[in-house]
Amino acid sequence: MKKFKNLFLIFSIDIKESLRSKWFLSYSLVFGGIVALFFISGVTESKIQGFSGLSRLLLIFIEICIVILPIFILISTVRTIAADRDSNVLEYLLSFPVALKDYFFGRFLGRLVSVTLPIFGALILALIWGVAKGVEVPWGIFFYYIGLIFALNVNFLGFSFFISSLVKTQEVALGVAFFLWLALLAFIDILLIGFLTQKFANAELIFSIALSNPLQVFRLGAISLFDPELAVIGPSAYFILDNFGKAFFSIYAIVYPIVLGLIFAVLGYIAFKKRDLV
Amino acid sequence: MIEVKNLTKKFGEQKSLDNVNLLFKNNESAIIMGQNGAGKTTLIRTILGEYIPTNGSILINTYDPFKQREEALKNIGFVPQLPPPIKLSVKELIHYAVVSSGSNQERIYELCQQLELDLNANLHKLFFKLSGGMKQKLLIAIALAKNPNIFIFDEPTANLDPKGREIFYSILDEFTHNRIMIFISHRLEEVHHIVNRKIEMDLGKVVFDEKI
Repeated sequence: MKKFKNLFLIFSIDIKESLRSKWFLSYSLVFGGIVALFFISGVTESKIQGFSGLSRLLLIFIEICIVILPIFILISTVRTIAADRDSNVLEYLLSFPVALKDYFFGRFLGRLVSVTLPIFGALILALIWGVAKGVEVPWGIFFYYIGLIFALNVNFLGFSFFISSLVKTQEVALGVAFFLWLALLAFIDILLIGFLTQKFANAELIFSIALSNPLQVFRLGAISLFDPELAVIGPSAYFILDNFGKAFFSIYAIVYPIVLGLIFAVLGYIAFKKRDLV
Repeated sequence: MIEVKNLTKKFGEQKSLDNVNLLFKNNESAIIMGQNGAGKTTLIRTILGEYIPTNGSILINTYDPFKQREEALKNIGFVPQLPPPIKLSVKELIHYAVVSSGSNQERIYELCQQLELDLNANLHKLFFKLSGGMKQKLLIAIALAKNPNIFIFDEPTANLDPKGREIFYSILDEFTHNRIMIFISHRLEEVHHIVNRKIEMDLGKVVFDEKI
């Protein structure tokens, strides 16, 4: 345990810092508010396209998460190291005998907990509300969805820490993070459909690009919960189901973003270690 | 002991440190002077393992601050010129110092009392919301309570009133024995009773280094 003493120290101070911050408050209010709004507006009682109750709520929540979760994570965490560097906090905190890996990964784990807590809190709120109202709980969907969100969080946190280690100022970090988010969103559909219609590349390449985009993987993983044949995405479904199979794709949708996020976190750590700290 | 050998630090094409050689031994208290941009802060940050040297090496009690940073930094108590806006409460910051470097918590409280900082009344306040003088006093108490054999003070009294400065230097008298003290300051007269070596830097080079 002594070996992890400083890792836990940084992890705990990061969580304390986050819990006091305005971004955490607004983050919690947004996600908690969305779920509360769903209940108030009667989403769980409505029946649209065959989905009702908590399944319907989770379906809408997923659509919202695709758009706002990545940018929320990027904006609120991409400045973690850059801000400490900018304000000389890093100079002081790292004048203590703390290993750089303990500092970096302590911060990473602290932010992972603080960006995950509000969403899990909102989902648990939905669950409690649903159970209290006597709505049937789709446990399989619920737990798989929690896994998908966790994977997306690890993924974007990895991107965030990678950017934060590379850039010198907070402004640049924010700019790069915003560009990354736009690029990943654009590569979900717009650009790829454009490439396909213009025949710039063959379909397999386009599908491979799509499946290397963690946002697209999250989206497809989420759709597969409600539409196992992926009928809603059209002919691309054949490529995915023929090459992956349903079960493997479900695992891929969780494992791939986590692995990608961890790779970027490690690359971020290497950059952090090899460069001037302040 | 701090051994700085052939140290050069470049930022792009700009040389901030140019082949600096310095040796600090126990019982030495040195003041490093020089104009803005002379390389004083770059030197201190490199000693603290925060800037990677372009050339040359540093050893702190035989430890390399880049490859063995924990062992090297255990020996150093550092007070920065401007207290950074740390978003921790005073209590959390003390906890950070105690856990990471084994500082004695009781000693931090005692030193704060000596420095006339009422710690109990401010324990739950956020560090960055304290006044400049209070922040500086707390950082001084934390550095001293660590009881290292090397102290690095970068303009440590910049935010202190005359009485605060007087108390600080009187406390410091207890710590001079068998230690290394490095002051970065523009005011030799303030530390002349403590220092026994004067180093002047200009354009990244040591241009004066003598016992006083």
